Amino acid sequence: MSTIPLSEPRSRWWHSRAVRRFARHRLALIGVVMITALTLACVAGPWLLPYDQLYIDLRARFAPPMTGQHYLGTDPLGRDIAARLLMAGRTSLLVGVCAMVLSTLLGAFVGVVAGYRGGWVGASLMRMVDAFLAFPSIFLVLALAALLKPSPTMITIIIALTSWMEVARIVEAEVRSLREREFVQAGRMLGLSRSHIMFREILPNAMGPIIVAATLTVARAILLEAYVSFLGYGIQPPLPSWGNMLNGAQQYLASAPWLAIVPGITITMAVTSFNFIGDGLRDALDVRSGPG
Amino acid sequence: MLVFLLNRLWQSVILLLIVSIIGFTILNLMPGGPLAQFALDPGMTQADMDRLAEQMGLNRPLPVQYFDWLMRMLQGDWGTSFRDGVPVLDVIGRHLFATLLLMGSSTVIAIAIGTWIGIRGATHRYSMFDYSATVGAMVALSIPTFWFGLVGIYVFSLRLGWVPAGNMYTIGDGSVLNYLHHLILPSIVLSLVNVAVWSRYMRSATLDVINQDFVKTARAKGLTERRVLMKHVVGNALLPMITLAGMQLPSILGGALVTETVFTWPGMGRLFLDSLGYSDYPVVMGILMFSAFLTVLGNLIADVVIAMVDPRIRLG
Repeated sequence: MSTIPLSEPRSRWWHSRAVRRFARHRLALIGVVMITALTLACVAGPWLLPYDQLYIDLRARFAPPMTGQHYLGTDPLGRDIAARLLMAGRTSLLVGVCAMVLSTLLGAFVGVVAGYRGGWVGASLMRMVDAFLAFPSIFLVLALAALLKPSPTMITIIIALTSWMEVARIVEAEVRSLREREFVQAGRMLGLSRSHIMFREILPNAMGPIIVAATLTVARAILLEAYVSFLGYGIQPPLPSWGNMLNGAQQYLASAPWLAIVPGITITMAVTSFNFIGDGLRDALDVRSGPG
Repeated sequence: MLVFLLNRLWQSVILLLIVSIIGFTILNLMPGGPLAQFALDPGMTQADMDRLAEQMGLNRPLPVQYFDWLMRMLQGDWGTSFRDGVPVLDVIGRHLFATLLLMGSSTVIAIAIGTWIGIRGATHRYSMFDYSATVGAMVALSIPTFWFGLVGIYVFSLRLGWVPAGNMYTIGDGSVLNYLHHLILPSIVLSLVNVAVWSRYMRSATLDVINQDFVKTARAKGLTERRVLMKHVVGNALLPMITLAGMQLPSILGGALVTETVFTWPGMGRLFLDSLGYSDYPVVMGILMFSAFLTVLGNLIADVVIAMVDPRIRLG
């Protein structure tokens, strides 16, 4: 359970117990280092590489890694994979983070309202959460992406629409347990408005679990984007994403395995980092653990 | 028990109703609505379209249309496939076996390996094994299933040639062995995520049980450690796993879709993707609704089974 920091003496945040615990969590640190390196590479890398991600060199098609200056080889059109990988990283990471922000906002909103209001409103909102959870999210994302014309923004919204339920559940449970606490009753006695109590008084106390869930949602969103783009309904070429780089890889698996291996390892690295960080945050913020 | 059953059944019905409302909303989101197939015909005029819309009742208010659609679904009329004019339920039925076979075998693998890892992790807590299992599970959850499938195909069928790279059976050879040979790699690929999830839950469930009084009593009675584990710990730790199995259904179905695509496995997931490619919306909708129904049903069964095994829940 998170504490109410009102009565604590003000101290610098980096001296706090949570930060110290996070810094001791080896996996979380590995995650932070990996994702920082990956993000820096994606932001700065394309300027440092000798090739543009869209430069087509038909004489250098299917070059294996480490030929000349194609450090990770080239694709079926002779485009430099390293350049595409880093550009793709910008897309995939951005989609993942934006989808996380959207779905966390939506999930937290639904969770707070359902948990605080309870009764009929709360019950129907939570049944809605259950109903969304009954659909396999990949099916839902694919169907929506095929119906609505996919642009990166649309894909982000679709992924957010299918991943807010976890946060909603966590926040609802948290808020329901806080609803009758003294500080909330005091707030009511003071005549604070309902939305003020819900979002300014109760919600901050549920921040720990929300932060953990949000971190894991980034991992989920990156994976979902990779799935739909791999299947051809996500981010559309020529805009590269880690998922659509793998799109044509299967047919060249025997002759050019690096087409599949390079983006796959990158996705796994990115997703693993967020999962590691989420695990570290769970320990640091003392969130009751779910699995494991 | 009867009250519990009826209560649970009632909740599932409500849930299915909400699921159907979501499904209906998506159906009406699609460009051209249910008339999409006719809009493709260049000979259709706006007047024809309007007449069709009136014939099909599409000019009525949405709630009326919804109830009509729901009633027809309940009577088993899920529409017909645009592609070959076959009723949607028949199309799904034709592909169901392959998917259930894949899901079933991968679940068996996941439970077997996951249970073993989980229990060993709990009994050897903070050992090297436990630590690698924890890290391994987190990495396994981060690997995209389709990519794991591609790597599997590359290593085990293209390089080593141990297993076929796809399909459910060799044409002209319908033997069980042939099916099994094709089944091995896709089921292992599909089970990866579930081994991770299952072993994590099994570990914490075992830790919950392992220090309780009845286990200490069993030890005090002088039972061997193995017997205590098998009979008293595992039995009780497996109970909550029944609920987990129900909850995992949608993710296994989603994983099956991706696995089937990579392995050209003729199941529901492939059907879903093919239908998307052909804009065969009735089948897409049908599979979407069907998988949600399957999940609700799975959770209901899990709850009923657990209530039958565990008297505490029935009373609570």
